[in-house]
Amino acid sequence: MSKVIKIRKGKDISLVGAAEKTVAARTLSSSFAIKPTDFKTLVPKLAVKAGEEVKAGDVLFFDKTNSDIKFTAPVSGEVAEVVRGERRAIQEIRILADSEIQYKSFNIPSSLDKENVKSLLLESGLWTYLVQRPYGVIADPSAEPKAIHISCFDSAPLGVDYNFSLSEDEAAFKQGIEALRVLTTGKVHLNVRANDSNASMFTNVGGVEVTSFSGAHPAGLVGVQIHHIDPINKGDVVWTINPQHVVFIGRLLSSGKVDLTQKVALVGSELSNPQYIQTIVGVNVESLFADNLKGENPRVISGNVLTGSNIGSNGYLGHFDHMISAIPEGNHYEFMGWLFPSYARPTVSNSLPISKFLKKTFVANTNPHGEERAFVMTGQYEKVLPMDVMPVQLLKSILAEDLEAMENLGIYEVIEEDLALCEFVCTSKIDVQKILKGGLELMALES
Amino acid sequence: MKFLRDTLDKVKPNFEKGGKLYFLHSSFDAIETFMFVPNHTTKSGSHIRDGIDLKRTMFFVIIALIPALLFGIYNVGYQHYSNLVTPEAHTFIDCFLFGALKVLPIIAVSYIVGLGIEFAFCQVNGHPVNEGFLVSGMLIPLIVPADIPLWMVAVSTAFAVIIGKEVFGGTGMNILNPALTSRVFLYIAYPVEMAGDIWVSGIKEGLVDASSGATALGELGAGNEYTVSAMDSFIGLIPGSVGETSALMCLIGAAFLIVTGIGSWRIMLSTVLGALGMGLILNMIGGNPYYELPAYQHLIIGGFAFGAVFMATDPVSAAHTTMGKWIYGALIGVLTVLIRVFNPAYPEGIMFAILFMNVMAPLVDNYVVKSNIKRRLSRVKA
Repeated sequence: MSKVIKIRKGKDISLVGAAEKTVAARTLSSSFAIKPTDFKTLVPKLAVKAGEEVKAGDVLFFDKTNSDIKFTAPVSGEVAEVVRGERRAIQEIRILADSEIQYKSFNIPSSLDKENVKSLLLESGLWTYLVQRPYGVIADPSAEPKAIHISCFDSAPLGVDYNFSLSEDEAAFKQGIEALRVLTTGKVHLNVRANDSNASMFTNVGGVEVTSFSGAHPAGLVGVQIHHIDPINKGDVVWTINPQHVVFIGRLLSSGKVDLTQKVALVGSELSNPQYIQTIVGVNVESLFADNLKGENPRVISGNVLTGSNIGSNGYLGHFDHMISAIPEGNHYEFMGWLFPSYARPTVSNSLPISKFLKKTFVANTNPHGEERAFVMTGQYEKVLPMDVMPVQLLKSILAEDLEAMENLGIYEVIEEDLALCEFVCTSKIDVQKILKGGLELMALES
Repeated sequence: MKFLRDTLDKVKPNFEKGGKLYFLHSSFDAIETFMFVPNHTTKSGSHIRDGIDLKRTMFFVIIALIPALLFGIYNVGYQHYSNLVTPEAHTFIDCFLFGALKVLPIIAVSYIVGLGIEFAFCQVNGHPVNEGFLVSGMLIPLIVPADIPLWMVAVSTAFAVIIGKEVFGGTGMNILNPALTSRVFLYIAYPVEMAGDIWVSGIKEGLVDASSGATALGELGAGNEYTVSAMDSFIGLIPGSVGETSALMCLIGAAFLIVTGIGSWRIMLSTVLGALGMGLILNMIGGNPYYELPAYQHLIIGGFAFGAVFMATDPVSAAHTTMGKWIYGALIGVLTVLIRVFNPAYPEGIMFAILFMNVMAPLVDNYVVKSNIKRRLSRVKA
């Protein structure tokens, strides 16, 4: 039996609107977009112009600093528009999809070795799903990762159940793992939830190291898992990838096509019918909702409520995301709400006994429940970060732009999502992830 | 509520940028956010946030102070009436009313002066008004003698807020506990007024028997036997500063702070353990009444309990790291007993012990952080 690692710190935030394990009929959307803003530190260089026809798998743009890293179209159709933001930075490359997807076909090598897997993944754009630690950026193809880690469960609020969403892709997952195994001389780690009888598609994979984790969120975060299995030290490079994206790689190997079809979880209290829906990466989310979205003022988030991005009800699903959370906006005043909360809200504080002890699941809104203040309450972040990292001192070193201190205090081990719970619990409402992102970008640029 | 909100909305434009009262925007903001949690939403990072905020946190500390405050008010009256030169019949209500007449003005002065300065600083700097002083403003009245002239309260509060806090950048940036800064200012700037037989209200006016005004620590400092029963000092019906005489009330406050998770139980516990440990060592040495004072009595006499529960645990001036908190608390306990016993000229050891450890806390944290870094580096070799 595999090793069980107990995560003793953290907090499961239980929200209303978990996805039922049903798959809604596929609704065809004709609008898709790839967003260069989903990738930290990326400077995109366009390979297509508006009006050009592309097939699924054709290159849309590439990384200006490393032109081997290509970003490809999830569907076939016409490049409809390149949306630019401030200083003409590319925000979105929108594609008007064909009703029948045309796939570019890739040559599949007969035997897998490191070089041909690498070049296949780079050519097909699937390389961009490999995330590198430190910094949480796209993996550097020339680096030698000491291991590849895959977290096979999602402990985030309303997280996706991969046992369900990938249940039809077991073969593709296995094939994807085969490809990943040749990319590293170290191990491929599959990290599963302890005592999960439905996770056989992960625990039965051969040639990998399976480790079980028990405990509350962030037990499912790959950064936390790496820390407990084999922590990242200075000079180490570790790659991570999500199981859904392993399936994409497996499909490419078996069919020669970039098929980014996936089951996306629609979750949150603002959905009348939270469930899974079959769709493709980069889809316009408006069509997914149809009349599923209720409430006057929902916030639509690509990803989960702790780390996702606010895309609006007409935005596009993010590159790495396979869940969409819809929660109510909290843009209303609350009379003496700091003293007498008028409704239950998720909390780790015993000073809100009704919310903490009596209520089990919450309709959480986006009100921060207080204004931003100087850092005062100590010891809070440490309670929800199951790592031997001192989060407050790390954040202070980032604010001081002290690179050596950042390195010593463990910036190589964390990315934004690892500290998202610290941000959630913060009494002073400090934007922890924003600070950390600044630090990671600074370090990535300096290195 | 609707009316209140409408009124606020109506006057709000005056305080916004371009409005004619813009220079008062921090004050308006403080009042508005006191009455209504703002309608802001999260802009970056986690979309949902915990229900706790600094206002609630600070308010809970004030709730924890209420037992000590109410008891203190009663005790001021009780001490006064029970030591009158010409005895008068007195009831519970009499004691309470007498105490309230003495204490409430001190509280009022502390808040008016402190908040006034705080608001002014925030206004000038364009900062939002921080909630920190809500607690400091309550702590200051509880650690001064009841007969203190109000102008001294005002001066010491001003000193604490300006020199103790605002010069460092306001709440969250200060090195010393502001309330203790005010107390030490009084102690050093007005030594005559802050020493001797001042601990029972009415001595100066000759209303009460001067010989009854000595505190247990004062007696011990003078080399005399300890005469107050342990039960009396635990309950707190003894002479002393307004709110610090009752260990029992501090214990109630401590329980509240620990249960709600607002106060650090680590600091409280380690301070008690530090004092007990040092007390036991001195007991073993023996020699004079102070050395021989049973270790546990150090916990209930003087301001120890109040300091350990409400002062040492100030999260800003205490150590920030978990390990650091243990060390910080333990050293406060040890130093308190050491100062009391070895330097009887300063009867109140806990004040100096906490302030000293406030200064030392960053150093303690520094070593804890260094050990973390060392552990992190040693992984590579392993």
